[in-house]
Amino acid sequence: MELAAKRFADTVALYPTGRIDHATADSFKAALAPYLAVVAAGRDRAVIDLAGVEYISSVGLRVLMLASKQVKAQGGALAVADLQPVVREIFEISRFNLVLEVFPTLREALAKLSPAALAAFEAA
Amino acid sequence: MRVRFWGTRGSIPVAMTSAEVQRKLVAALVAAAGRGLDTAGKARAFVENELEFSVSHTFGGNSSCVQLETDGPDHVLCDLGSGARAFGNSLLATRGPSGHRFHVFMSHLHWDHIMGFPFFMPAYLPGNHVTIYGCHDTLEEAFRRQNRAPSFPVDFSRMDARIEFVRLEPERNYDIAGLRVRAKRQHHGGDSYGYRIEQRGKVVVYSTDSEHKQDDPEEVAAFVEFFRDADLVIFDAQYSLADAISVKEDWGHSSNVVGVEMCQLARARRLCLYHHEPIFDDERIARLLAETRRLEEITRTDHRVEVWAAYDGLELAL
Repeated sequence: MELAAKRFADTVALYPTGRIDHATADSFKAALAPYLAVVAAGRDRAVIDLAGVEYISSVGLRVLMLASKQVKAQGGALAVADLQPVVREIFEISRFNLVLEVFPTLREALAKLSPAALAAFEAA
Repeated sequence: MRVRFWGTRGSIPVAMTSAEVQRKLVAALVAAAGRGLDTAGKARAFVENELEFSVSHTFGGNSSCVQLETDGPDHVLCDLGSGARAFGNSLLATRGPSGHRFHVFMSHLHWDHIMGFPFFMPAYLPGNHVTIYGCHDTLEEAFRRQNRAPSFPVDFSRMDARIEFVRLEPERNYDIAGLRVRAKRQHHGGDSYGYRIEQRGKVVVYSTDSEHKQDDPEEVAAFVEFFRDADLVIFDAQYSLADAISVKEDWGHSSNVVGVEMCQLARARRLCLYHHEPIFDDERIARLLAETRRLEEITRTDHRVEVWAAYDGLELAL
């Protein structure tokens, strides 16, 4: 499991790749931590782009749940975007689509979270 | 071995409402329009073969009680929820009033798992023998307490069957009624215990009222071993995964998603969703089953897990 990051103005887009399961969830959680730590009201926002994730298990979903709780507690905003069809079905069956903000594309997530980030994305 | 479900609902028994019955009738009549169902035989065949399960059946509303029909003469049950009443009455009607030997494995002593015993008619009849097994030190007290004033008009002492209570230790094998039985402690308020029950190479795991902490690798591995190669895992799937690890975390129940993952890891043959959420109607449970089968399909590697949703009256041959 790899995690790349790209900044669009006040929003960081995070790009995990591979499977997020019992074997990789801990490293996913650790990789997210420094980015989540600075997400707060009036500061950074975060979008996790899941286009490169082919499978996510319950323990991986739990990492996303904890990330969302942490960011909310810090007054920030977190969304996920660009789910592969299998991952989108897993979100729907687990009802994670009801507890996390899920967008069809990274662009739509940025449009909702931050006009400045959207402008930076469009200019890139 | 044959497994028969007498009570499958979680937390509290429920009954279909008139509105739900009417909805089923309307759906059935619309589906039957123009089919020329002018005899009872044609209508029955249509209901049995063509209507969706959630229209032609109900998942039912009795609380936890599962019968394991073994090779031996004794009756084996898991839990004594309200489904035990239906089991007892059926047995008396078909096999007579006395001479029965019962072995009951208790997951825990919450009300919905013991409430059928005051209405378990074989326990009032001399010549029957009931042994109730469990791992809680309050096993006997819980049953005696609910069978006395002010909770119930008939005192426990009026039960004329021979009734005994046997404490089991978890993680230890027992040979009972021709079965190899092992209990395992589970996460639930006041603890609950799952049972791995084996006979002649067939394995049933009864694991209800159990929350699985998926972020604890040791615990996951221990439960995977407990479920290992089971022919049937009866699994508490009361909540969605999202609920189970957020607003209902530490409420002591699990989800269909975790059930699929655990059975895949354990290479179990069948997963049976159990302890259904009492607010779910038949359409909702049928949808949950369809979604769970789909999840198993899209996440399958080299091992297929057959997925069922328990209903009152379901029989599975192993």
